Amino acid sequence: MSLSKKVALVGVDESDEIGICEGKTALNLHAEAARNALRDAGLQLSDVDGLFTAGPSVMGLAEYLGIQPSYMDGTSVGGSSFVIEVEHAAAAIDAGICSVALITHGEMGYSARRGRASRGGGPGRFFDPESAQAQFEMPYGVGPPPSAYSLAAMRHMHEYGTTSEQLAEVAVATRKWAQLNPKAFMRDPLSIDDVLSSRWIAYPFHLLDCCLVTDAGGACVIVGADRAKELAKPPVWLLGSGEATTHGSLVNNPDLTQTPARYSGKRAFEMAGMTPKDIDVVEVYDSFTYTALVTIEELGFCEKGEGGPFLSNQRSAPGGDFPMNTNGGGLSYTHPGMYGMFLIIEAVRQLRGECGERQVPNAKTALVNGTGGALSSTGTLILGGD
Amino acid sequence: MTTPQRLLPQPSPETQRYWDGCKQHELWIPYCTDCSQHFFYPRPFCPQCFGWSVEWRRVSGRATLYTYSIQYRAYAPGFEPPYVTAIVQLEEGPRMLTNLVDIEPDPEQIRCDMPLEVVFEDASDEISLPKFRPVAS
Repeated sequence: MSLSKKVALVGVDESDEIGICEGKTALNLHAEAARNALRDAGLQLSDVDGLFTAGPSVMGLAEYLGIQPSYMDGTSVGGSSFVIEVEHAAAAIDAGICSVALITHGEMGYSARRGRASRGGGPGRFFDPESAQAQFEMPYGVGPPPSAYSLAAMRHMHEYGTTSEQLAEVAVATRKWAQLNPKAFMRDPLSIDDVLSSRWIAYPFHLLDCCLVTDAGGACVIVGADRAKELAKPPVWLLGSGEATTHGSLVNNPDLTQTPARYSGKRAFEMAGMTPKDIDVVEVYDSFTYTALVTIEELGFCEKGEGGPFLSNQRSAPGGDFPMNTNGGGLSYTHPGMYGMFLIIEAVRQLRGECGERQVPNAKTALVNGTGGALSSTGTLILGGD
Repeated sequence: MTTPQRLLPQPSPETQRYWDGCKQHELWIPYCTDCSQHFFYPRPFCPQCFGWSVEWRRVSGRATLYTYSIQYRAYAPGFEPPYVTAIVQLEEGPRMLTNLVDIEPDPEQIRCDMPLEVVFEDASDEISLPKFRPVAS
């Protein structure tokens, strides 16, 4: 069964502000983003009968919004959750179980770090003291993403000769996109040397190999093909989708240089009847420079191990022949903790031609790849305009 | 590196034998008699074949360094950065997360695939943590 062209993304938006949202709560950001995305679609909250989220309980979110949906999905597999939920929404709509799906996100990552808000990201991964993580990983001083992803990057560098300079290329190209996005958090000029001279967080990651930690919310609205044509904006069609997980904790990834994007990407391309050369704009998770680099390989945009050379010479920057992370990414635009929703928002805006200075000319197809956990889960979407 | 605040493992019924071995400074891990492979972490079945014929076996403690990173922030109480976290591949196959000890946290000195051996750090009366150090090659 194929979900290709069965549903369209018809509304997307962020919360009223992103970056630092003093005086707000994570749920407030969910609600603002929901209102803004529904307005973008020309729909009302009362139209929503399918609710999808990660972070808060989906029941609690429905209650907070004041709706009683007949379909709910709280898939919580990290930053990829919202991307994966697009596929789930498509399946539910195609099966006739719901007709207007709303996916929301909201996190107070910046404020929570400073003790001024609750993050809203849901319970921590290492809650259970009997868990394998608590017994076999935490006693060795690992936990948060930099401590784990750095282990994967090091093995990639060892096997394929990937260099710190090649990782820095990603940070610099992404910053150039951010300079074209008024909503981006970091817009100062950035050089390769700036990245390489920033302090170590977890070798081989410098500070500027790591994403931001911001406050932000986002939402998107999905409807079936018939309804999509009647709405405010031109529909953006789901052409292909896939999801996959290969492990929970990084240490249990069967091959540390791989990610499940090789599986979710393959399924998405097969459903869309496309190959990487058919894609005009690429929006991939960049929790770290390495995350984007390895994902490009896993999706087949270049040979395995060639991500470093492929992305060199600012190939993914504005004006390059591989436009990637055109909003400025998690590295420079926003990254509240679970970033996946913002990949979707940017892909839809690019396909509608709404991106102003950073618009990729004639963008007809876009690929989104969300990554969650410790390179543990991925969702891939291939989207296309009319 | 040991302090009273240190986060220590809480053995479960599935893992008690492993920690009992560590307390004796011996590395014991599960072995699947259906597919004839060791595995880690412990559970009552084999994650490769879902066979439930599992026995505990003592392993050599020899390993190679699969990957490492140098942590410049203390992610748990009792750690003084910089320190080295690592994934090692045991001679018998399974991989484990651990710390490298008896080596400077210096990329000039640490190489992926270098040979290692287990050492045990007595973290409390009940818990000894397996860690790995370089062996002269």
